[in-house]
Amino acid sequence: MSSVHVSPLSTYLSIFAALMVLSAITVGAAFVNLGSFNPVVALAIAVIKATLVILFFMHVKYSSRLTKITVVMSFFFVAILFAETFIDYATRGMPGDIPPPLR
Amino acid sequence: METSVYPAHNYLSNGHTLRSWLLTKDHKRIAVLYLISISAFFFLGGLFAVGIRLELTTPQGDLFQPDTYNKFFTLHGVIMVFLFLIPSVPAVLGNFLIPPMIGAKDLAFPRINLLSWYLYIIGGLFTLFAIVAGGVDTGWTFYTPYSATSSSSNVAPVALGVFIAGFSSILTGLNFIVTIHRMRAPGLHWFKLPLFVWAHYATSLIQVLGTPVIAITIVMLFVERAFGFGIFDPQRGGDPVLFQHLFWFYSHPAVYIMILPALGVISELVSTFSRKRIFGYSFVAFSSLAIAVFGFIVWAHHMFVAGISVYAAMVFSFLSFSVAIPSAVKVFNWAATMYRGSISFEAPMLYVYGFFGLFLIGGLTGLFLATLGTDIHLHDTYFVVAHFHYIMVGGAIMGYLGGLHFWWPKIFGRMYSEFWSRIAAILVFVGFNLTFFPQFLLGYLGMPRRYHMYPDEFQVLNVLSSAGASILGLGYLIPVIYFAWSLKYGEVAGNNPWGASGLEWRTQSPPLTENFTEVPTDIPEAYEYTPKVVREAKLV
Amino acid sequence: MSNGIAHAEGASPAHGHDHAHAHHPALQHHFDTMSQQREAGVLGMWVFLLTEVLFFGGLFFAYAIYRSWYYDAFAAASASIEILPGLINTVVLIGSSLTMALSVRAAQTNQRKATVNWLIATIILGTVFLGIKVYEYADKFAHNHVPGASFQFAHVPAPGEPHVEEPAAGHVTTMGHDEVERTTQIFFSLYFTMTGLHAIHMIVGIVILFIITWMAHKGRFDSEWHAPVEMTGLYWHFVDIVWIFLFPLLYLVERHN
Repeated sequence: MSSVHVSPLSTYLSIFAALMVLSAITVGAAFVNLGSFNPVVALAIAVIKATLVILFFMHVKYSSRLTKITVVMSFFFVAILFAETFIDYATRGMPGDIPPPLR
Repeated sequence: METSVYPAHNYLSNGHTLRSWLLTKDHKRIAVLYLISISAFFFLGGLFAVGIRLELTTPQGDLFQPDTYNKFFTLHGVIMVFLFLIPSVPAVLGNFLIPPMIGAKDLAFPRINLLSWYLYIIGGLFTLFAIVAGGVDTGWTFYTPYSATSSSSNVAPVALGVFIAGFSSILTGLNFIVTIHRMRAPGLHWFKLPLFVWAHYATSLIQVLGTPVIAITIVMLFVERAFGFGIFDPQRGGDPVLFQHLFWFYSHPAVYIMILPALGVISELVSTFSRKRIFGYSFVAFSSLAIAVFGFIVWAHHMFVAGISVYAAMVFSFLSFSVAIPSAVKVFNWAATMYRGSISFEAPMLYVYGFFGLFLIGGLTGLFLATLGTDIHLHDTYFVVAHFHYIMVGGAIMGYLGGLHFWWPKIFGRMYSEFWSRIAAILVFVGFNLTFFPQFLLGYLGMPRRYHMYPDEFQVLNVLSSAGASILGLGYLIPVIYFAWSLKYGEVAGNNPWGASGLEWRTQSPPLTENFTEVPTDIPEAYEYTPKVVREAKLV
Repeated sequence: MSNGIAHAEGASPAHGHDHAHAHHPALQHHFDTMSQQREAGVLGMWVFLLTEVLFFGGLFFAYAIYRSWYYDAFAAASASIEILPGLINTVVLIGSSLTMALSVRAAQTNQRKATVNWLIATIILGTVFLGIKVYEYADKFAHNHVPGASFQFAHVPAPGEPHVEEPAAGHVTTMGHDEVERTTQIFFSLYFTMTGLHAIHMIVGIVILFIITWMAHKGRFDSEWHAPVEMTGLYWHFVDIVWIFLFPLLYLVERHN
């Protein structure tokens, strides 16, 4: 007998509606000049949409701790790739860098 | 001890057709398939090494064309890294032993296990094709822009081969992770597992987290080479160093894929041949996980002179020191295990003794390279070559050979010649040191790597190195003979010829296809070397 | 696990002690219970998706570096891509995630016909997505926006958008016209690699969906065993999530001029 959580239909429909609204906001926000906040807003909305899909469509909210750890770990290691490499790109050409790079 | 009878029903006798082997779902048969194929690639990679050492016996580049020499060291590296070292312990010993060690009948996904082997073979075939079509000369590191644009060699097929073999590695890791989480026998909680299993779990984490990044890097290289896309092309604004960041993000953890399983083997061997529980079990278990995690944050120590900022270099240098710590934890715990244990000198244990000295030197010389200041001078010299061969050959291969000698009686039900196996172990140790120790000196004196010619004053050390390589080669060839001989004429092994603890030694040798007739229920703590067990062991 | 004895996490109950029913026909020989088989399958798919996150992550990473270096080129190149097909595709793909989730729910509640129908709906929506992608790619080919020898980029203003050469209000252009022209190739290289890889994953997903639909049609799934549908769903949702990030990053870099 399966002990897996069955979500009600209303859950799926309301998450879908939320995703549609968020998609519309993404497009709308792109046409407004928010300066350097444009990419922040776009990414934040994408993260929210992804989180909704992960938690409800992929049932992670009702899944085992191991599943939740797996999800977190994948993004954590991508974050390591981004963050530690940015240390290089962000500090190239700073005062004291040896030798001065081309870019 | 009574003489054992070779069991009539076992996984080897369960089907004699080619189809029963090539379409097998039995993890043990798949392990044997891997054993045969990686051995073949090992000797092929070794042939390229022979070419390198022959050329380097004289200072002039008089044996091969320079481009040919470039192809030799490239192919030696590609084959040894991707087609031998990465699969070796996990695909042969891990595949065979993890299910019995956890009381399971097979891995979680037997068909995916078989698929892993086929992907490995296909990847290997692409590489063979590239060799036959004229080779690759970029170095195993495939740095852009040379590999993407200028090299006229067969980069695309080798890139594809590595990509496909990478998926073999990913699927093996995935299989192990799910198996260890979901298929342990009742009562077998994590801290009763053999450290071999912990080591493979940590390795599998690296495989699934790291390999996809080199996969996508190869995709980007491939589209640049095949379609003229411009992701790393400096003329269109691309950054070749970006390739290096992506490449080393995998390839540094990859070296831990290559060594961690061997460290798991060493734990088993040290415990068995000291007849003593591993000292500091939890420390050794967690050190495997620590190596896996720390291994992911240090990659740019391969790039100190590539053009990264000096501030990034300092960060990576500092972090690189941390990786040495969990490895040292293991070495201290093994030494403490052997202290006041009942140690002996069978062939598997001879590999362990050799391993200790060589892994120690390899690890410590890594610290020289992690240190930013000294690395500026040592980078791209033979010092680096010596360092990684001490780890990969002196560490990983010694661990693999020790494991192969230890579990051979379990896998095939036969003992091999004790005399010749000890001779081979000694030859490997002597040959290895003679080959690679002079290379530390050569690197320190300034001889660059990947050069086919060198100044005259380096010749003596190079000749010593080449001489050592012939002894090393002999040491690798002798086991082929006595292992093959043992399959037909070796003494029947019985369930537990070494008197070792561990669930795999409770079954017959070779095991049944389903491993156990009944799932074991009274599983003791790991490494339960009570006096009774030791007394009943064959060699005490 | 029903025999009342505390188990180590993830370990299976001892074979033969607590079966209240005969072996389910889908039980594989190396598993002890359907529950263990399902948990292994689902964990396996999650670990696979972890590898996919790292796989696509490398591309997003390259994108991030180059966008920070060549923002103007990225903005110009992104502005040359039609938004509407991308937006429609976003709606279509999220819709297909909904139908996929509903098909899993139908399998969980033993509704064979509904399972099949929702799976077919997912296939249709996925195919629509790919069809629109074909249209978009053809458009790029026609405009010579495919990187390589024949690449040519002249900023194409959207209908109604004024043709802008000078910097827009509040935005400082640091790149000269030639450099923009040169480095837009990197944007399009990434565009084709990212969307192409995504499309390949969708094609594989549709093939898998066909197989699962056929199995569902044949009655192979019920409330006790439907892990393959669940696993397919996880994969499909992942492909959707990749697109959720691709859409703003490729289509909406800068649209407020």
